[in-house]
Amino acid sequence: MDDMRENDPIDGHRHHPEAHEATSHADNHSDEPALDSTVDEHSLDLAAVRAKLRETSGKHYWRTLEELAGDPHFEDLLHREFPRQASEWDETVDRRNFLKLAAASLAFAGISGCRKPEQLIVPYVKQPDGMILGKPQFYATAMAFGADAVGVLVESHEGRPTHIAGNPDHPSSLGSTDVITQASVLNLYDPDRAQTVTNLGEIRTWSDFLKEAEALVATAKAQGGASFRILTGTVASPTLAAQIQNVLKQIPGAKWHQWEPAGSDGPREGSKLAFGRYVNTVYRPEKADIILSLDSDFLASGPGHIAYMKQFYRRRKLSEPSDTMNRLYVVEPTPSVTGSSADHRLPLRSSDVGQFARALASKLGLGGSGTLSPAAEKWLDAAAGDLEKNRGKSLVVAGEFQPAEVHALAHAINAALGNVGTTLYYTEPVEANPLNQLESFTGLCADMDAGKVSTLLIFGSNPVYDAPHDFDFTSKLQKVATSVLVSTHFDETAEYCKWHVAESHYLETWGDGRAFDGTVSVIQPLIAPLYHSRSAFEVLAAFTDKPGLTAYDAVRDRLKSSAPAADAEKFWRKTLNDGVVRDSAYAPISVAPKFSAANLPTAKAVPAGQLEFIFRPDANVHDGRYANNGWLQELARPVTKITWDNAALVSPRLAEKLALTQRAAARGGEHGQIVSNVIDISISSSNVTAAAWILPGQADDVVVLPLGYGRKNAGFTGTNKGFSAYVVRASTALWTVTAGTEAIKKTGHEYPLACTQYHFNMEGRKILATGTLAEYQKNPKFAHEGDEQPPKEMSLYKEFAYPGYAWGMAIDLNSCNGCNACVVACQSENNIAVVGKDQVMRGREMHWIRIDRYYSAQTPTNDPSTTEGDALDNPETFFQPVPCQQCENAPCEQVCPVGATAHSAEGLNDMVYNRCVGTRYCSNNCPYKVRRFNFLRFQDWETPSLKLLRNPEVTVRSRGVMEKCTYCVQRINNGRIEAEKQNRPIADGEIVTACESACPAQAIVFGNANDATSRVAKLKAQARSYAILGELNTRPRTTYLAAVRNPNPELEKA
Amino acid sequence: MSAGQPPFDSPEISRLTPVLGPGHTYSSVTDKISAIVLTRPTSLGWYIGFLLAFSVFGVLNIAIGWLIMKGVGIWGINIPIGWGFAIVNFVWWIGIGHAGTLISAILFLLNQKWRTSINRFAEAMTLFAVACAGIFPLIHTGRPWYAFWMFPYPSVMGIWPQFRSPLIWDVFAVSTYGTVSLLFWFVGLIPDLATLRDRSTTKAKQIIYGMLAMGWRGSARHWHRYQSAYLLLAGLATPLVLSVHTVVSFDFSIAIVPGWHTTIFPPYFVAGAIYSGFAMVITIAIPLRKAYGLEDFITMRHLENMAKVMLATGLIVAYGYFFEFFMSLYSGNKFDVFLVHQRLHGPYAPFYYALILCNILIPQLLWFQKMRTNVVVLFLMSIVVNVGMWLERFVIIVISLTRDFMPSAWGRYSPTIWDWATFIGTMGMFVMLIFLFVRVLPAISIAEMRELVTETSEEHK
Repeated sequence: MDDMRENDPIDGHRHHPEAHEATSHADNHSDEPALDSTVDEHSLDLAAVRAKLRETSGKHYWRTLEELAGDPHFEDLLHREFPRQASEWDETVDRRNFLKLAAASLAFAGISGCRKPEQLIVPYVKQPDGMILGKPQFYATAMAFGADAVGVLVESHEGRPTHIAGNPDHPSSLGSTDVITQASVLNLYDPDRAQTVTNLGEIRTWSDFLKEAEALVATAKAQGGASFRILTGTVASPTLAAQIQNVLKQIPGAKWHQWEPAGSDGPREGSKLAFGRYVNTVYRPEKADIILSLDSDFLASGPGHIAYMKQFYRRRKLSEPSDTMNRLYVVEPTPSVTGSSADHRLPLRSSDVGQFARALASKLGLGGSGTLSPAAEKWLDAAAGDLEKNRGKSLVVAGEFQPAEVHALAHAINAALGNVGTTLYYTEPVEANPLNQLESFTGLCADMDAGKVSTLLIFGSNPVYDAPHDFDFTSKLQKVATSVLVSTHFDETAEYCKWHVAESHYLETWGDGRAFDGTVSVIQPLIAPLYHSRSAFEVLAAFTDKPGLTAYDAVRDRLKSSAPAADAEKFWRKTLNDGVVRDSAYAPISVAPKFSAANLPTAKAVPAGQLEFIFRPDANVHDGRYANNGWLQELARPVTKITWDNAALVSPRLAEKLALTQRAAARGGEHGQIVSNVIDISISSSNVTAAAWILPGQADDVVVLPLGYGRKNAGFTGTNKGFSAYVVRASTALWTVTAGTEAIKKTGHEYPLACTQYHFNMEGRKILATGTLAEYQKNPKFAHEGDEQPPKEMSLYKEFAYPGYAWGMAIDLNSCNGCNACVVACQSENNIAVVGKDQVMRGREMHWIRIDRYYSAQTPTNDPSTTEGDALDNPETFFQPVPCQQCENAPCEQVCPVGATAHSAEGLNDMVYNRCVGTRYCSNNCPYKVRRFNFLRFQDWETPSLKLLRNPEVTVRSRGVMEKCTYCVQRINNGRIEAEKQNRPIADGEIVTACESACPAQAIVFGNANDATSRVAKLKAQARSYAILGELNTRPRTTYLAAVRNPNPELEKA
Repeated sequence: MSAGQPPFDSPEISRLTPVLGPGHTYSSVTDKISAIVLTRPTSLGWYIGFLLAFSVFGVLNIAIGWLIMKGVGIWGINIPIGWGFAIVNFVWWIGIGHAGTLISAILFLLNQKWRTSINRFAEAMTLFAVACAGIFPLIHTGRPWYAFWMFPYPSVMGIWPQFRSPLIWDVFAVSTYGTVSLLFWFVGLIPDLATLRDRSTTKAKQIIYGMLAMGWRGSARHWHRYQSAYLLLAGLATPLVLSVHTVVSFDFSIAIVPGWHTTIFPPYFVAGAIYSGFAMVITIAIPLRKAYGLEDFITMRHLENMAKVMLATGLIVAYGYFFEFFMSLYSGNKFDVFLVHQRLHGPYAPFYYALILCNILIPQLLWFQKMRTNVVVLFLMSIVVNVGMWLERFVIIVISLTRDFMPSAWGRYSPTIWDWATFIGTMGMFVMLIFLFVRVLPAISIAEMRELVTETSEEHK
């Protein structure tokens, strides 16, 4: 957009999200209309506008501007202000006129600058009397995502949201976040966002759209209403749902359809099958001793996963050898975050998971039967035995992408084990309008095809890209007379829609959402919309009888009932402050089971040798909606470590069968570029070409097709990356397709994938210490066996005493499942650049903290396409976050010729960017290879919107300098300033690094190692604590606690 | 060192073989050498050669220009391989720059007369090689415009370089070596510059050579001062020959990277440097004596002596390789043991085998006098050794970095076109400077050759 708009958010007066009203957008236009007025023919208009302005003053002015906008000349003038039509600049403007214009512009700008926020939003942690420049403020809000809303605290610098952290008071967050929530702040500043209303690609004003909406409503009413349709994703916002209902009420006969491409009907239909109605399941992993996951990645995806992860890992903290741990069994077709950190993992085809569930039900005496291989049978016996032994303390979780029967079986099994009410409970659905989305969407497509739909409003969906291919949505969409798409980007669907309305980011709008347990949180905006964007609520309002109703008012109205009228204001403020509406969680309900496993028809076992293709949302870009987010693109997938692409995942055995290979390229090699085979996949009467990736631990004959890639119009970052699995996804086989081996053909082509860690062998080095609970109990110091710790005196230099603070970090490998939240949190906090696929392939990604993934299987080579010894069929997987180790004897410091990396008195290994000349000697000499170098100018210094994103407390590095983890030194200094102001020492836990704050498993603990009572000192004193490469005498301040798994002795014996 | 001291005398070429062809007088020596600069017309060959070298030098300029515009990311380096071609080339060029000063200083002090006809251009070669080498540490930094921070200058911020870093020692070692080599070379040139001044026919040449000759009149007092200065500089330069590559080797041996962290590096680097330096002198001497008909001045005895030095230093280098391996295995250090395995079987194993072939196996031919006295074989051999020594640095610097401590961080390196352009560009610069040198300065010391005339004529009496 024009410069004025871009600079707006920097303006100190504009940081408050006061512009929630429809009217406020009009004033945003007002900055420059005078400029155009003389430029175009209506030079008289300026005078008219001036005259009108003179008539009014102060706040009233803004209400009348709409009237002004109603004036056709003025409207035209508004329309022409956009710089895209800068060709309209008339050269007849001479200096004199130019000055006049400038003066007029200034007058308008002045009016805009005087605006005060009309509604108050309440900062969460610190409520300043006035804003103190340079001091961030923290606001509580929430990010709605499917049938969940994650409560977040947003750090705002002078009105610019820069960093997202979890809200400890919010049940979905409990103070932590996940990668998508962390990265959502980048979406706000995405330079490729749609910025205005368009009609067939031409820019239109909002009032044009309002007029059109009015006409559409009138036509729809005249036609009986059924031709008016709304398509949304899953909606869990009560206010938005109420607004949709308002529209439906307004236009009787209109219909609301829902389609979430990466959301499955399984859980919903499963609950219907089990209980005869839709219910929501809430788990309490904290209360479970034994957990069995039936292909569920409940620790890393799905509603409530952050909370589940937090609760789950509370049960895996060890401080004494006498401590106990929970035990996790996972049955799954492809290694997930949850499966990779399981105590026992059984790779089974997706369809065999169903068989497994049936067999388990039958074993527990619920009837029915399932066929399993002898090995799986044995595994099942052990797991079932464990579950039975722990009645009421066990939990069976069915995976989202499993069919309804598996969910119903899980409900029945949990009931039979007496877990309902203890380790899980049921509530009313969190979704505002739960329904079978596939049916709903199929119905919509059929009606569109039949010409029964004349108006279609699409909210946030991108069906042209992600609808099942057999629906041929594109051609059906063209049969709709008026289609309106409300989305953040001008995407694939936008190209086929008549109207496109730029959708506001959740940090720009008011709203509300329900968390996985029903808790309501208010979404409060942190910033006025950067562009001429609208929220879904505002767009819907255009179709109601109250087009002026704002989301703000609607949300407040809705909450009125929650508190006595007298306390309404106080209640509202408290709600905004806390980020949650207190005690709004759904109460557990008791539901009567209407399901018997015995009556379930037996499922046909898929014959061995058939291939099973399964679709899964991508861990980072989800269904494709985050494809244009560079942080998520560059983030290595937890298990595969692939960035910037998706790949068809195959097991080592299948790869061998199909003669698929992959190799490290000469450039970048294991740390960057892996060349893999390209395969042609023909399923569901369609075909797609994809890069194959050999994934140890994947069930044989399973091919995973991650969704979310192959976008054609996602923006600069996300377009044409990877392959689109939607191309081969049919409505009849949304999640699983079986086909013969002929469905895959090797094409003979090769494709380079950017993979940040290909070498998975530890080469017998003690980098990551692991053991079992039994080993730990027998020998708590098992991690130190064979250690060689050189004596402290063995140094040329004098021992340095750290009399004050000695910052240190302890990372509990027992709690890390590689979810990556810390990586994105660090990227956001520390202004870390995105370098792009080409640079990642050269081994130059910039993440300050990386998560190393190792398989404990020892293989003679590092080539997963050879299955020698079956070591890679189901290897134990371990994750290790590696930030700078902040060595006391830092090898990097010694070799820097200019002293650009030096030791602080508190033991930090400081990096002085100003002083760095970039010899890279420090990186060569770093045994942990945690230093990152700006080989080129990786930072984007030009894009205005990205300037707003940056954390002002952290230097934005330019090319030629080394950088690395600083233990968030800016946070340390903030903590120190606060403590010194109050003349007290810094308390433990007062300084929280970004990675620590993000980690849902609380695997990372930072603090003062000199203080024996601090959490970090206690962790470091544990027997499990060890330093990576301690034998080098680097004396790292970051130490690790050995990973301990809790296997079932029965299965271990085998 | 066996240099200049052949272990046995062979009938064809013994120490009695003259280092100056028979029948030369003062004036014939002077005429012949100064004619190259003053009277002989510039040959077409020179022009072609110079232009070729100059265009390759242009490539260097483009490569450096692009580098300064874009950053070191145009090269193939990455994390974990922070040093690639630039440092390999730096060490290689510095190594080559060892022979000149060694010949001039050490052999001068050891009173080896045979050095006389090769010392001048060997010194020039040293200077040019150091100039080529000096480019790399400068441009390999991320921000070359701040590279001066590595010098200890009194800054207003009161900041000094970090003296514990071997890179700072490098700065001192290389710059001292460069300075002393330049002075040594220039002082040696003064009497010859005076000769050129006196023989110049044009005003411009008289002025230029005159200024460079610094008022040399050839008086006894001048000669007295000159000889003490030359001796002193020789004495000063001698330890530097040993120290430069010792310090360069510290860049690696001080670091903790397996494959770098070895105490054998200093002697083995110095031997390697002399090895490659002599190889380069041979590479230049053979075409030079052919092109300008200097067979009388650079005789077979010179070539053979240099071949012997190569053989001796090559054996020291082989000893270094052997002990590097032995100590890695003997130490039992798992990272060092892995390194041996990595060199023999890793993805870069072919480079290691090529290195052994070039540096150890092929040079064993030098045991045979037939080979030592065959100009073509010697020339090819010198090229092979230069390639081998480059590979040695590649193996040490790059391959050690590809797989060090953390398997998760292992990576690979492959040079980009800009790596090659910079490397080949410095070769162009080197050759271009050699061409210029041969054309404007006496490639052989006239004054010293005149001394030889007396001595050889006395020997022949």
